[in-house]
Amino acid sequence: MDLQSILLSLKAIVPEMILTATGCLVLLYDLLIPEENRGVHAGISAVGVITALFSVLWFGSERIEAFSGMLAQDTFGSFFTVVVLVSLLLTLMLSRSYNDWEGIQKGEFYALLLFSSVGMLVMAKATDMMTIFLGLELLSIPIYVLVGFDRKRLSSVEGALKYFLLGAFATGFLLYGMALLYAATGATSLSGIAAFAGKENVFGNTLFLAGTALLFVGFGFKVSLVPFHMWTPDAYQGAPTPVTAFMSAGPKAAAFAAVIRVLVVAFPESHPFLLKGLWVVAALTMTVGNVSALVQDDVKRMLAYSSIAHAGYVLVGLVSGDRLGGQAAMYYLFVYSLMNIGAFAIVMLLSEGEERGYAIENFRGVGFRYPVLGALMTVFLVSLGGIPPTAGFVGKFYLFSAAVKKGLILLTVIGVLNSAASVYYYLRVVVYMYMLPERAEEVRPRPVGVGVALALFIATVGVIALGIFPKGLLSFAESSILSIFLS
Amino acid sequence: MLRILWLVPALPLLGVIINGILALFFERPLLLRKYYEDLEKGVHEEDSHGHGAEDHPLFHHWYRQLVSITGPSVVGAAFFVALVCVLILVKRPPHERVFQLDLFTWIQSGEFRTAFSLYLDPLSSVMILVVTGVGFLIHVYSVGYMAHEKGYARYFVYLNLFTFAMLVLVLASNYLLLFVGWEAVGLCSYLLIGYWYEKKSASDAGKKAFIVNRVGDFGFALGMFLLFWTVGSLNFSEVFPKALEMWEAGTLTPAVATAITLLLFVGATGKSAQIPLYVWLPDAMEGPTPVSALIHAATMVTAGVYMVARSNVLYLMSPTTLTVVAVIGGATALFAATIGVAQNDMKRVLAYSTVSQLGYMFLACGVGAFTAGIFHLMTHAFFKALLFLGSGSVMHALAGELDIRKMGGLKKYMPVTFWTFFLATLAISGIPGFSGFFSKDEILWRAFSSPFGGKVFWLLGTVAAFVTAFYMFRMVFLAFFGETRLSPELKEHVHESPKVMTVPLMILAVLSVVGGFVGIPPILGGSNRFEHFLEPVFEKGAELVPAAPHHFSHSLELGLMVLAVLVAAAGIYLAYHFYMKKPELPGKVAEKYPVLYDVVANKYYVDEIYHAIVVYPVYRFSVFLWEVFDVLVVDGIVNGVGRVLLGTGQAVRRLQTGVVHTYAVSLLIGAVILVGYLIFG
Repeated sequence: MDLQSILLSLKAIVPEMILTATGCLVLLYDLLIPEENRGVHAGISAVGVITALFSVLWFGSERIEAFSGMLAQDTFGSFFTVVVLVSLLLTLMLSRSYNDWEGIQKGEFYALLLFSSVGMLVMAKATDMMTIFLGLELLSIPIYVLVGFDRKRLSSVEGALKYFLLGAFATGFLLYGMALLYAATGATSLSGIAAFAGKENVFGNTLFLAGTALLFVGFGFKVSLVPFHMWTPDAYQGAPTPVTAFMSAGPKAAAFAAVIRVLVVAFPESHPFLLKGLWVVAALTMTVGNVSALVQDDVKRMLAYSSIAHAGYVLVGLVSGDRLGGQAAMYYLFVYSLMNIGAFAIVMLLSEGEERGYAIENFRGVGFRYPVLGALMTVFLVSLGGIPPTAGFVGKFYLFSAAVKKGLILLTVIGVLNSAASVYYYLRVVVYMYMLPERAEEVRPRPVGVGVALALFIATVGVIALGIFPKGLLSFAESSILSIFLS
Repeated sequence: MLRILWLVPALPLLGVIINGILALFFERPLLLRKYYEDLEKGVHEEDSHGHGAEDHPLFHHWYRQLVSITGPSVVGAAFFVALVCVLILVKRPPHERVFQLDLFTWIQSGEFRTAFSLYLDPLSSVMILVVTGVGFLIHVYSVGYMAHEKGYARYFVYLNLFTFAMLVLVLASNYLLLFVGWEAVGLCSYLLIGYWYEKKSASDAGKKAFIVNRVGDFGFALGMFLLFWTVGSLNFSEVFPKALEMWEAGTLTPAVATAITLLLFVGATGKSAQIPLYVWLPDAMEGPTPVSALIHAATMVTAGVYMVARSNVLYLMSPTTLTVVAVIGGATALFAATIGVAQNDMKRVLAYSTVSQLGYMFLACGVGAFTAGIFHLMTHAFFKALLFLGSGSVMHALAGELDIRKMGGLKKYMPVTFWTFFLATLAISGIPGFSGFFSKDEILWRAFSSPFGGKVFWLLGTVAAFVTAFYMFRMVFLAFFGETRLSPELKEHVHESPKVMTVPLMILAVLSVVGGFVGIPPILGGSNRFEHFLEPVFEKGAELVPAAPHHFSHSLELGLMVLAVLVAAAGIYLAYHFYMKKPELPGKVAEKYPVLYDVVANKYYVDEIYHAIVVYPVYRFSVFLWEVFDVLVVDGIVNGVGRVLLGTGQAVRRLQTGVVHTYAVSLLIGAVILVGYLIFG
């Protein structure tokens, strides 16, 4: 590699570099300031994230093959970079207040969030199994720590340990899958695998098939598909709420980015068996997630199960196996991030801290006492339930119409039925907020700080505006998916 | 000039914004202050009707006056704009009476494109006039009715929002946008049913409405996807011509058409409260009475009828679906009417009556007489809104009392309410000359004579007409005639409602009387202008209708008409006999047939049956499924396999390591299955 190409390669990872530098800055600055001022790290981090966002908008559409084909910057990568950065930004806005309330205001928190996001960005851009793995690990390890960040709270530590143990286990599968694929094809790059698959009859090649299966086990764990979802409710419930919100958005989007890229680039003539297998997984994931969410009485846990179901919806787009499905999945991942972080933000505000928990009982009658919070929660839940005119509806409509176009009628029926059932538990919260008398002891929501207010504003406007004017984001998703379909 | 059509939905939306600001920044702080004052004084929250606290400054704040003006006036202005638009449309020759206003592209991908666009044709013209016209009157009435409510601005926000959503529904140019309106009116309806959220019954009713409608919406969404899959579009202007083309080419088979239309009809049964999904509507009466009048009688519940009529081309392709629609409509008309006989709550009688009348409209659609269905939709909007508002006026005067057994003799206390209520009763009973007569008679005749009809449908409708006349007059006689049975305190209190409430009653009364004149059938010397106006909408579908097998004579038509009138008269006489002449009779009958009375009075125990065979099992089932996944899969099979894999001795260790171990085994099993599937599958 000559200097020229190294410089060019560096251009492909500008957002990563900005986030890394911001993370280091936060760690260093943490040493200089007194404990009570540590909230300022949220601001510093946010500035870094916004700078990174601008850098993406500035030259994110240019296609660059970087580091000898280990990584590529293209519109596809930029799309997911935007998803991750927006989720990160919203999370930072929530974290500052939350950490104050829970007494876990520390610089490392923000640095870990930033470093983890670097992993996500790497994963979204990776064009080689090595970089995918690198990104995944860089993503995961800080998240394990963040889940257990509130180390005095038992549920936090418990969730972190479970997530870590199982995550390590799943990583083993992923790595083993990659090794088998390498053994079968002699390549680690996605295009190398594709070239091999184009020449040989891979479908009789046991090594290749086993490698593929194990690869998807690893991915399935990260995006919590059934039956690899078991860790999700515990980890989501134990994690500090802003971290939960982030986990349901950023890492999931990044892992899906890798799945989509692998599917499109490495297996262009998708193995019909593979898609059929994913079909079953999608149906199972939607159903198990929704059925389990139906019977939850804890809103945070309910949202955890619901996030499993949503991974299933996104998978429906991938099962469609064409451009339209991929595009729909990408659109959905973006809007899902907005509405889910929004919902977690309100949950965080309306509850009285992790100690008191998030029982649905706590939501009785708060809709009238705090109409704005209630109304916003309704918007997010309605969107999660896929009711028009919100972005959640447009997203689901897109996913299912892509499936219908491919003739996946049964899967669509299962999806729509699931979606109809899910509205029950989402709107159950609304019923508690608006239709039941208040508890004797009044819930006093935490004061809404500027950051939280801004995050809520962005999420709400996004959910509604993308529901009514989805065109811009859709064409962004379209050009993104084209950028890997054509390359 | 027709481009001003966008103002029709936009004006109510403006009302939402203005009233929303007032609710948020004026009403809420005042309410909170009052709440804390009451807490300090140790005053308990007064009853839901808020009498006794009117002297609080809250009720004299200027924001209330402003809401009283903006709330109704935006809807009034929308009515005016709608009227102008319709008049312009009517000036055009019949075949050019279609106007589509594209506002912006909503969803576009490949060749699929759906726009936010408004679609004005004779059918939507009728709907927007009914929605804004009746809606305006109900808004005005609400100013008086809700004057003592704490959440006054909030109420108007919801009501304006509902009007906006309903206008989107009827003006939508495609199924997707129609679905947007469909869901949004549902949401407003739950919010308004649960308006008095302190009442448990109110919030339960909101929940019930919500869950029942989920079933319907599921059908609707699937129908929409299937339609999209088959025809490749969801825009009205493309779907119907294309469907006809495919029908002629044979690529759209009757089986698919049946599936699409049945699924859409499932949606309609939910929204329009038909068997088996009607159970939510009677409970929805927990909301404020004007809401019942607007949403649960005049507009929202008719959305299903509108949707079926809009899709007439598709429905006419499937005689099977039409038969299903007609059977369900006819059965609902009769079934709900019989329940109405044994109810004592004024609003509940009216609720079952609404379900029954909606059944008539579906009966009409089911026999292919869409015009008659829409005609009845319109006249029903007039007289049923009037009946509800009348019952609201009674309720207002009697401090919330709705039990007709405790009324009696109200005629002399509330003359305006009585006379308007009476006229509406005549209209719904089908007394010649009143609006309901023309529309109901049209339906009955078409049920008899249409190629899709049959004598059974006619019989169902006619028997239901008899029962309708009976229960309506039972209510009128018990409430307004005879000796008063009011308690002494109530007798002091009873008064005629203020002008702001009675004037809308009078206007609606006029409409209930003359509203049918637009559709006088030729046999009575009219020219049925209503039918001709709607003709272009149903023209394409009409090509699919087989030629009538028989030709019926005019004398038969006249004969059936006279018979229907006699039947109604018989119903009225029976009510007179039972409740005026021999008031002891009903009790005796109930004694003589205790089982029958019990079953009817308890609404055939349908709620209980649903609870036993649907609600409870579904709940148990989901708990069961969850347990299966969590307990059986994790602890059972997984541990079993785990034991096999790791040796039985490990089972003890599992208890120490907790669930992580089992989670990991589940992961492992999943991996084994996936690998095995890919290699051997």
